[in-house]
Amino acid sequence: MTANEKKQLMITACKVRMGVIEGTHAAKAGHPGGSLSAADLFTYLYFKELNVDPQNPNMETRDRFVLSKGHTAPGLYSVLAQRGFFPESDLLTLRHIGSHLQGHPTLGKTPGIDMSTGSLGQGISAAAGMALAAKHTGNPCRVYTLLGDGEIQEGQPWEAMMFAHHYKLDNLCIIIDNNGLQIDGNIADVMSPYPIVDKLQAFGFEVAQIDGHSFEEMEAAFAKARETKGVPFAIVMKTVKGKGVSYMENNADWHGKAPNDAEYEQAMAELKAQLAEVEAM
Amino acid sequence: MAEVKKIATRDGYGAALKELGELHDDVIVFDADLAGSTKTGVFRKAFPNRHFNCGIAEANMMAVAAGAATMGLVPFASSFAMFAAGRPYEQIRNSIGYPHLNVKIGATHGGISVGEDGASHQCCEDFALMRSIPGMVVMSPADDVEARAMVKAAYEHQGPVYMRFGRSAVPVFHDEATYTFQIGKGEVMQEGTDVAIIANGLLVAEAVEAGKVLKEAGISARIINMATIKPLDEELILKAAQDCGKIITCEEHSIIGGLGEAVCSLLSEKYPVPVRRIGVEDQFGFSGPAAALLKEFGLCAEHIVEVTKEFCHR
Repeated sequence: MTANEKKQLMITACKVRMGVIEGTHAAKAGHPGGSLSAADLFTYLYFKELNVDPQNPNMETRDRFVLSKGHTAPGLYSVLAQRGFFPESDLLTLRHIGSHLQGHPTLGKTPGIDMSTGSLGQGISAAAGMALAAKHTGNPCRVYTLLGDGEIQEGQPWEAMMFAHHYKLDNLCIIIDNNGLQIDGNIADVMSPYPIVDKLQAFGFEVAQIDGHSFEEMEAAFAKARETKGVPFAIVMKTVKGKGVSYMENNADWHGKAPNDAEYEQAMAELKAQLAEVEAM
Repeated sequence: MAEVKKIATRDGYGAALKELGELHDDVIVFDADLAGSTKTGVFRKAFPNRHFNCGIAEANMMAVAAGAATMGLVPFASSFAMFAAGRPYEQIRNSIGYPHLNVKIGATHGGISVGEDGASHQCCEDFALMRSIPGMVVMSPADDVEARAMVKAAYEHQGPVYMRFGRSAVPVFHDEATYTFQIGKGEVMQEGTDVAIIANGLLVAEAVEAGKVLKEAGISARIINMATIKPLDEELILKAAQDCGKIITCEEHSIIGGLGEAVCSLLSEKYPVPVRRIGVEDQFGFSGPAAALLKEFGLCAEHIVEVTKEFCHR
């Protein structure tokens, strides 16, 4: 990754974060915390990793992305808008009546959404089904899915992981956003899913652990994922919930709450300052 | 009387899957460690590369099937009704129903006639669960011929379908050469004007038997096979209500939420007439041989005759 590529990704990630704040503020609801922790990943996926075409969102051979932690739709919508799947101004209609931007991703409503999600634990299974079908039909696409670290308290992801390993779904890459927080607090206090990496390895996954805010580490992990044959791949990324907005960072209160007008102003000011800083690099 | 051939509708499911597999490359089958019992094993034997065992993990299976459907395949996902409709209800609702994906659920071992396994496996709530999902087609065939025709119709239909098949062998009364099946259309088995008996599944044959006995008793009963519970054949039911003025529903399902309630909902809004619902009366089943259990729960010709006579004041 060149310095300029990295800078461009950082610029885009700032804009994606602004879109999260714009959308949740306009909706007066939504989930900014986990959208912000995954904003860098969303940016990397849609601007570097995924073979997608905003002009042809249903392209048969496109790579698929399933947002298993569907509540962080504001982040996904924001990156889809940045990538040109629909106008950025649509983000202001988030969760409004008549909007294609539902509270959780909805197949068939929003261009670029590959699966309806929102009920935790199910997206990874759908992604596994896509990966299996791709292998079965000879579709060269790859399938990616993002799970929350609280989400894996559900049993279904582990069923899906067993399935992915059993059917040797090396075209599947699962990513776990380890921001450490869920609605009721610290994941280790609520119901510890740790040790996450050991469990994934025990389920037969090849695992990479990365800093979820480092594009270089993402680049290396996704390259390794593509090279891995015969077993599915997992990326466990350590992130900061609410990343980029000082008062939201590492604060579980911002899991599912929208900023009010004053909070919106502060968040946007902070993100604009970050953007100016990156642009000046 | 000539010996009537008896075949379980789950056998029809397996046979039809194999036939569909021969015709259509996009048919794939998921099962959850019950391929022998659900009869998807018949398909597996013919197309081992298109049959995927998911292990005992039905929640994952349903969402996997949903994912496969987004890729243009036509997945059939199977388990016992209890674990195909009950356990993964929410996966079906959110991952199949909400995105309206082209997944066909083949649920076997529905109802009380599962028999010896007892209440834990006797699913009498599946119609209720599946009916409540917008866009879901819900069906249950009366015999082998209808089962096979239904599976093929399900393939042709675009969108999610739930089919319930039985474990026990039941009489085959349709003529394969002439029988045609259409989703959402009932079938008049016998004309009548005093009362209409609307049944599905293994109770259709019982209703036909009851019809003969009732005729001898001077009651003209119209017998209707309502294999599709949703979408309901409103026209046929309203006509029956208008012509007969009394309706009896018969199903191997709870009287709550199934065919009986669907018929009552329709009639209460569009043409109110008295109704009697024959089904499982808001209770759990228990172990026993299927035939004995069906009698115990009143899911038999004798009970239909009894209820009809009382209903018609004869």
